[in-house]
Amino acid sequence: MTKKLIYMDHGATTPVREEVLKAMLPYFNEYYGNPSSLHAPGREVRRAVEEARQKTAAALGAKPEEIYFTSGGTESNNLVLYGSAEKRASAGHIITTGIEHHAVFDVCQDLEKRGHRVTYLPVDRYGRVSPADVEKAITSDTFLISIMAANNEIGTLQPVSEIGLIAKSKGILFHTDAVQVVGQLPLDVNDLNIDALSLSAHKFNGPKGVGALYIRRGTKITPLYRGGGQERKLRPGTENVPGIVGLGKAVELSVAEIPTKRAATEKLRDRLIAGLLKIDDVILNGHPEERLPGNINVSFRHIEGESVLLSLDLEGIAASSGSACSSGSLEPSHVLKAIGLDHPTAHGSVRFTLGLGNSDADLDYTLEKIPLIVERLRNISPTYHSRQ
Amino acid sequence: MYNEKVVDHFTNPRNVGELTDADAIGETGSFKCGDTMKIFLKVKDNRIEDIKFLTFGCGAAIASSSMMTEMVKGKTLDEAMEISNKDVSDRLGGLPPLKLHCSNLAADALHDAINNYRKSHEAV
Ligand code: FES
Repeated sequence: MTKKLIYMDHGATTPVREEVLKAMLPYFNEYYGNPSSLHAPGREVRRAVEEARQKTAAALGAKPEEIYFTSGGTESNNLVLYGSAEKRASAGHIITTGIEHHAVFDVCQDLEKRGHRVTYLPVDRYGRVSPADVEKAITSDTFLISIMAANNEIGTLQPVSEIGLIAKSKGILFHTDAVQVVGQLPLDVNDLNIDALSLSAHKFNGPKGVGALYIRRGTKITPLYRGGGQERKLRPGTENVPGIVGLGKAVELSVAEIPTKRAATEKLRDRLIAGLLKIDDVILNGHPEERLPGNINVSFRHIEGESVLLSLDLEGIAASSGSACSSGSLEPSHVLKAIGLDHPTAHGSVRFTLGLGNSDADLDYTLEKIPLIVERLRNISPTYHSRQ
Repeated sequence: MYNEKVVDHFTNPRNVGELTDADAIGETGSFKCGDTMKIFLKVKDNRIEDIKFLTFGCGAAIASSSMMTEMVKGKTLDEAMEISNKDVSDRLGGLPPLKLHCSNLAADALHDAINNYRKSHEAV
């Protein structure tokens, strides 16, 4: 008997879907030309790259020439943050939040060391930033507002459209890290007044190691790398052609499916939340409604998240605690701290992220196992005993 | 990430619970991660007659608590004092480096309980 596997960590990464893999395969050995070459094999491949660019642009309501392929969300975030700071003649001011992904947060901290000033806006207990706070934080030298479209840990959606409007009225560059949102919810960079947007293929059933940065036409940023003319010199280096083709196919499919997929995922999400909240002393983290379709983040009070994950894993259920990238740290995540959770509650947090392939049967199994796991661990817990 | 022995002690921890008539209680917490462990001792003729634990912590912390209680049951207090954090993690067949501090909770909590026992019994 093969071991049961229920994958509920789609926020960390997703499986590449068959259609995407099929689209990519010929670009490893059949169409292997360099898209910069003038000969026929090169031109063939160039066409595929440009087709992927068109698909990516179409998914965001952008123009193809506003899409730059990168190695993923981290690089896209780095490129726009460093690139817009570098373009300036002197140091300036950036507005962000206290709950950004490290690919934005750490860059902001580094930019502070280089002389820029950064305002890290607080969030409410649901993880939402207030547009009024954004407006208040603006100074005469604010050159960038970088606020994620949805939080990767607790799933809370930010009021991107209001923030975009504020940024536009002041003529400030507005970047959003939309890595968790693309392919999950509809996004239109013009409707939302977004000037720059980061996305990553492996979050919507595309390959790992490829992403894109949308930059509104006319926005000036400095490249991070030199040494080639690719991606209009903004991101030199021979293109990851199979990856780019996969990204294009994945974004096309996942965005087209949003209307049908979204409702189904939200239904599963709400069912899992309701089931978990039936257990004593469980808290839902993040916003009750304004959250990603597949995100569930709860704190099991009196027990520790890793113990829960380990127990789930032994039952064949893959989930995560907070962001997979920070699981090497013992500190509770900066996001959980920012929404005001005390240390033990933050420590008991577990994230389930649903996606392609998850079914009601997965939920039945999970909801059958979790109460047993929680009870077992609480029986070992000193704080649970002293509570009674 | 964890070896089989650790997983075994995590899934089937030995000596879990409270001793309502404990002769001494020891407690320790990790500054690093905020997790806590509580040890209950029953002592007879200077020997650990019974021991139980409660732990709020990760897999490594729970496994270490369980292993430590198995190691010291029946030992004299002096012998139990000799057991180090490293002995506990060694007996578990090793822990991931980031998780070594979790095993530190176990021997420390035990030593705290023994010290508390000695303090209260020297006093009478
Ligand atoms: S005891 Fe806290 S991380 Fe192990």
